[in-house]
Amino acid sequence: MARLPASRRRQSFWRQLDAAARWAVPGALLAFGLFLLGLPLHIPGQALLRPAYAMGCVYFWSLFRPASLPAPVTGLIGLLLDLMGTTPPGLWAVLLILLQAAVLATRRRLAPRRFLLTWAAFCALAALAALLGWAAQSGLAMVLLPAWPPCLEIIISAAAYPALAMLLVRIHRGPAAVESA
Amino acid sequence: MIRLSVPFRQALSRLSPMLMLMLSLGCILIGRADQNFADHMRAGLDDVLAPAYMVFSAPIAAAEHGTGAIGHLFSLNEENVQLREENAELLQWQEVAMALQAQNDALQASLHYVPAPMPRFATGEVVADTGGLYDRSVLVLVPPANGNPQSLMGAIAMDGRGVAGRVVEAGARAARVMLITDLNSRIPVSLGAKGGPALMAGTNGPNPALIYWSPGKPPAEGAMVLTSSQGGAFPPGLPVGVVHYNAQNDPVVLPLADLDSLRLLRLFSYPDNLPMLTPIPHIKPATAARHGKR
Repeated sequence: MARLPASRRRQSFWRQLDAAARWAVPGALLAFGLFLLGLPLHIPGQALLRPAYAMGCVYFWSLFRPASLPAPVTGLIGLLLDLMGTTPPGLWAVLLILLQAAVLATRRRLAPRRFLLTWAAFCALAALAALLGWAAQSGLAMVLLPAWPPCLEIIISAAAYPALAMLLVRIHRGPAAVESA
Repeated sequence: MIRLSVPFRQALSRLSPMLMLMLSLGCILIGRADQNFADHMRAGLDDVLAPAYMVFSAPIAAAEHGTGAIGHLFSLNEENVQLREENAELLQWQEVAMALQAQNDALQASLHYVPAPMPRFATGEVVADTGGLYDRSVLVLVPPANGNPQSLMGAIAMDGRGVAGRVVEAGARAARVMLITDLNSRIPVSLGAKGGPALMAGTNGPNPALIYWSPGKPPAEGAMVLTSSQGGAFPPGLPVGVVHYNAQNDPVVLPLADLDSLRLLRLFSYPDNLPMLTPIPHIKPATAARHGKR
């Protein structure tokens, strides 16, 4: 009997469940990480780590596993980031969705390149997002907010990305790999 | 699983970022138009997350205390000697304090002095650091014994040593405290024994700046900074910090409260002088009136 192609084969319930769980790993991990970074760990600059972590994760997953982080999930994560912190609700949602859109537009060219190039691209996008956030927050508050927090934010994001990417690559190949379900 | 046709799914995936973007922008606009919208959502989320924060922060606290205990074991004897000396000294001061208290009571009785009403207070554990790029705030778990957490709005948060901030949002389980280092924090203070007025403004850095002091009387280095009742936002005389001149020769306040590692905060509610300039509580006027009479 000829076997059906993989896409037409009826998958067992457990396999579907496994695939669904793997699909949900990036979003769940992103939300859980934000929660963990909210704990009073007394790390200096902890408040800046949360947006840096969110930007790094959204960038990485949009680049290498876009199906696992659809726009609605990104938007919800952004809203969560806003509500856990004190930014106007929806601001980070907009920034993260724009970041994701920018990555999705360039991922065909960006994904196969070397790490240094993806890192540089992340730095540029994070800088754009942070400055846009600064401008939007200044506009919403109708005062010129100091510019050093977004600059610090950019530096922290850029510095934290390699370590974050190292961790995420393992998750990308391990628990988040839908194809190996 | 819901089966969707391929073109429909493609259209959906192409449309969803646009749709989410619109929704988020709408969210910003609503939040801009109605401040309560954001506050309600935040308070709701904090209430949901507070137990989870509690569960996760307990082991961290335990670990920190644990290392502290082990570290202290080695210097136990020295510490004991030091504590005994300190205790003897403090006992002398206690006698002085009791004598002064008796004198104070006698003087107050002869003056028919009406003491300020004692504030009600609730103590809560700091379970989360909710600050952001421009904000310094923490989440405090409000003990459920407190009947109406909404009455905590505008309450003054103090740790063991000084003013740490004030409550800007309160839910059923948790309250958010804006720290005095927050960019939006403005606290009327009085400086030193003479009580010269000034405003303490948060700068997002560790030490808030002093502004608007009277031009003839610059704040003196080392002067005590206390809250002032000017504007009716704070009760007078709560300890805040000490004046210090930084490298740029600008006067700043070194806060007494240990703002980097807050563990427990006491939230003092002063219901009778609820400030007009500080966050408006989400309670109906009728409730507020009843509250005022109590």
